[in-house]
Amino acid sequence: MFNLIALESIHSVVSSEVATGVFAKMWLLIALPLMGAIVLLLGGNRTNSFGPLLAVGLPIASFSFAVYLWIELLALSTQSRSQNLVLFEWINIGSFQVPFGLQLDPLSISFVLLITGVGSLIHIYSLGYMDHDLGKRRFFGYLNLFVAAMLLLVLADNYLLLYVGWEGVGLASYLLIGYYQHKPSAAAAAKKAFVVNRVGDVGLSLAIMLMFLAFHTVTFAGISDKAEQGSATALFLIGLFLLIGAAGKSAQVPLQSWLLDAMEGPTPVSALIHAATMVTAGVYLIVRSNSIYDLSIAAQNAVIVVGVVTLLAGAVIGIAKDDIKKALAASTMSQIGYMVLAAGLGPIGYVYAIMHLLTHGFFKAGMFLGAGSVMHAMNDEVDMRKYGALRKVMLLTFSTFFVGYLAILGIPPFAGFYSKDLIIEAAFDRSLIAGFATLLGAGVTAFYMSRLVLMTFFSNKRWEDDAHPHESPLTMTVPMVILAIGSVGSGFLLTFNDSLKKWLAPVTGYQTPEPPIAVPILIAMTLITVAAGVAIAVMLYWRQVASTAPNDVSIFTKAARKDLYGDAINEAVFMRGGQKVVSATKVFDNSVVEGFVQFISRLTLGISNLVRSSQTGYTRNYALAMLLGVALMLLLAAIVRL
Amino acid sequence: MMIPTQVFLQPSIDWFVISPFTILLGAGVVSLLIETFAKRSMRRPLQLLLVFTSLVASLAMTAMLFGTQTLTAGEAVAIDGPGIALQAIIALVAIIGAAGLAENKVDPSGDAFAARASAIPGSSDERAFTQAGWYSTEIWTLFLFAVGGMQLFVVANDLLTMFIALEVMSLPLYLMAGMARRRRLLSQEAALKYFVLGAYSSAFFLFGAALVYGATGGINFDDIAFAIPTRPQMSTLLVTGVVLILVGMLFKVGSAPFHQWTPDVYQGAPTTLTAFMAAGVKVAAFGAMMRLVYSAFGSLIWDWRPILWAVTLITMFVGVFVALVQSDIKRMLAYSSIAHAGFIMVGLISGTNAGIISILFYLTAYAFTTLGIFLLVSLIRDASGEASGIESWRGLASKSPITALSITFLMLALAGFPLTSGFIAKFSIFASAIQAEQTPLVLLAILASAIAVVFYLRIVVLMYFRRSESDEVAVAIPSNFTIIALVVSILMTLILGVYPQPLFDLLAQSPLFIR
Repeated sequence: MFNLIALESIHSVVSSEVATGVFAKMWLLIALPLMGAIVLLLGGNRTNSFGPLLAVGLPIASFSFAVYLWIELLALSTQSRSQNLVLFEWINIGSFQVPFGLQLDPLSISFVLLITGVGSLIHIYSLGYMDHDLGKRRFFGYLNLFVAAMLLLVLADNYLLLYVGWEGVGLASYLLIGYYQHKPSAAAAAKKAFVVNRVGDVGLSLAIMLMFLAFHTVTFAGISDKAEQGSATALFLIGLFLLIGAAGKSAQVPLQSWLLDAMEGPTPVSALIHAATMVTAGVYLIVRSNSIYDLSIAAQNAVIVVGVVTLLAGAVIGIAKDDIKKALAASTMSQIGYMVLAAGLGPIGYVYAIMHLLTHGFFKAGMFLGAGSVMHAMNDEVDMRKYGALRKVMLLTFSTFFVGYLAILGIPPFAGFYSKDLIIEAAFDRSLIAGFATLLGAGVTAFYMSRLVLMTFFSNKRWEDDAHPHESPLTMTVPMVILAIGSVGSGFLLTFNDSLKKWLAPVTGYQTPEPPIAVPILIAMTLITVAAGVAIAVMLYWRQVASTAPNDVSIFTKAARKDLYGDAINEAVFMRGGQKVVSATKVFDNSVVEGFVQFISRLTLGISNLVRSSQTGYTRNYALAMLLGVALMLLLAAIVRL
Repeated sequence: MMIPTQVFLQPSIDWFVISPFTILLGAGVVSLLIETFAKRSMRRPLQLLLVFTSLVASLAMTAMLFGTQTLTAGEAVAIDGPGIALQAIIALVAIIGAAGLAENKVDPSGDAFAARASAIPGSSDERAFTQAGWYSTEIWTLFLFAVGGMQLFVVANDLLTMFIALEVMSLPLYLMAGMARRRRLLSQEAALKYFVLGAYSSAFFLFGAALVYGATGGINFDDIAFAIPTRPQMSTLLVTGVVLILVGMLFKVGSAPFHQWTPDVYQGAPTTLTAFMAAGVKVAAFGAMMRLVYSAFGSLIWDWRPILWAVTLITMFVGVFVALVQSDIKRMLAYSSIAHAGFIMVGLISGTNAGIISILFYLTAYAFTTLGIFLLVSLIRDASGEASGIESWRGLASKSPITALSITFLMLALAGFPLTSGFIAKFSIFASAIQAEQTPLVLLAILASAIAVVFYLRIVVLMYFRRSESDEVAVAIPSNFTIIALVVSILMTLILGVYPQPLFDLLAQSPLFIR
């Protein structure tokens, strides 16, 4: 079966079949976690006792069903693997028709498995992590809501329904970042994420409107059919607006600033939403819109630029962070930069983008859970300068974390080696600049990740006096171990016999990259760069680390510590600029608009009081008014008859 | 010498088709017997049983009669599509209104009516009757006659029947308006005003009927309509008569400048009665007025349209402008009802079938919303009774979120916001008027509705965004009567706003008046 596909160059073919049999039940995937969210959030305190367990059970049920669907899908022939289920007609206004349709194909099932799989593990982990939290019912309700919305996002068969899921995950993310609502910093971070995401969401909605304008449809299948009729400008603009949407959700430059602050949320949230799943929605969006990007090199280039800038910026910021979660968040930003870059490469990159997304889902989620485990042990301390030498007391956490570390570095045979190396190859195929940027990024990644591992698990003890680190409970360690296994094996499994390529190619299309430098030499160059990064980190952080951050640092470190002035730029350009516009509008509003309104209001009140004064309360006056009314009507009748 | 005699021909009466109101009038007689013969303790339960049974029977009969088109009782009564629809709406409004009137939990001493209406306010008799826990169960007799009168009013096919129905409807209401348990002097003053001015307007109606009879030689709508084109020399007399008859009707619907009784009566009458009155009388009076101007005076449309045009304009703007400066919620709602009368008259002026359907829809929507809002007003109380001063509603949302939310929803409906019945109703009225080329009037009506939004939303702002200054004002917990009435009113307001098509389809099946 597999051999029928020539792997050199495949065009994507989207011809979906009407879902029957078990596929007609695919809505259950979304309905199960949605039910959990409804029960927990609307049920109130009554559900405190069983709520969290229910919330853990439902994603697992959803995951089991997803595995079953996946096996069923594997049994179908390549052509019929796109199953379309229209639940009902959603919008039907003149020529604007949108079905409430779900689409299960190799691309979406890959995401479904990742979301429900990693999601289930993190739900289990949260049972341990949030054990002492009084509001955990609310937490689990939000988590279920997130899973449901994310599944809707990847299962939708049109952009408008995708948008619903898109907003849904945005809402869940907002609620979860601000979960510790008594902390002003958490509330501010939630608000920031919300506002920055609005910018991206406007981009996405503009893209959807443009699609309807240009193609009179918003379904994936319809767009794919009609994309070739679109003008170059339309395709470029749609691609650009989609990119803005993707940048907002995936924390890409210039909409990256919210992700680091989002670490205010509980750690399992950071692992699930802000590392493994939601932040990769932008990558999904770009890959899903392949029919647009394949036809617009200009849009592709924009995507590549954003990817390259972000992967370097994220890596540089990662160097300077002492907060373990923020360092990991910077790394997430950078790794998603890799994926976005790959997605921008067109058919040579789509599959690698998804592959890196999947492997990253394992190792980054694993490392976040590891970081959570460390925090759990250190009284919620996040400053790595207060850690050190933890490998002896937390062996299991250390081992799983270290596996993730090797994976992100791209050491063979760990998962990252397969996926990241392929992206580097593909990048070299497109342009040398992009290629060397990915190479440099790999080196910097090696440095800051080694720094993180060394400061946390090696070097000298710098614990606070009341810290008594201990290993975490089983509910937390088991998911970490499972994710570690994934970090080891997923890369090999996804590339073995080109399995992921053959699986995804009918949806995304595929083209073999032909880098100008021979592949073995590229691999060697990558490994050498990585080794150099590790070596520098070992020299600096192996033995002694200061327990407070040094102040006499270079201008570059200062910049990196300030997130490369991302917030400062936002403040100077948008906030102050916006405030100026607002104050100018206010002046106009106060003088001209308000003046007019005041005039109308005074006029109205004047008339009102005049008429009211006739309401004397005396019956005789009322009767007189009636008589006058009769006279007036008769007069009018006489005038009309003239 | 033979004295010429004439044989009196007894008109044949089809009892079946007139059963909706004969059931109610019959029940009114039975109700009088209950008052006379039943033990005092048994009166209230028996009366309630009688009222609800007869109203449901009347409603069921209108359903059975659906689609009938016939004249009966010597052409004095015309049973047709709009007539049956109006009778059904009146029966429904009366059922909900009766549920509101039956409320006896909100006021600690009984229902909304005086324990003994004959006792002088403030006298020791009054205290004694109140302490004895008496009820004025006579209100149910009056209520049944009023509802029966309303149902006859909307199917009356000659001027005399119409006048009699008008009085059967009005006289019980004058009485009931004066029977409030609290603030009795205010209530009695209002009742007297209502009665005097009502009699005054009836005189106009009768005088107009006499002139029309003089001009056309008939009182039957068919005879009048037939005679109008044949007697052009009588047209001055005729038009004068028409104007005077219209005055009688405009008084009942509360059009300016015949509206001034409305705020006084709405404020003085027991609030649950105001609820029924504001909804029921408006439905009945507009129903009858529609029949009158379309059926009898349809060919005079070029004469009455400009007159009604002016009245409509005055009515809408007097309603919204004066409502803006009211400080009492019941008076504010009274002016709001005046403005709504203006909006309904916009549909009357269109003079088309679409206009008839949209008026019927508007009346239905408005009746339920009005019932709901007045019943809610009756729940908000302080130590002395109802707290109807607008300022005392400050911060109500924090005292009873569900009450505040219900009031907000109904206020939005009165203001005509989408997803409420008020929006669809206004929309269909305005659409029918635009089709009839009355666009300038519609633009003015839209301007008036825009002003109206201010005083509706002012209540919402007070409830939600102002802090309450005292704990005296509280929301009373009503009995199931009121709760059911409220739930039905609010649901109808919502359903007619979200899914109005079935009602339109039903009304469109037989939209024609017969004569």
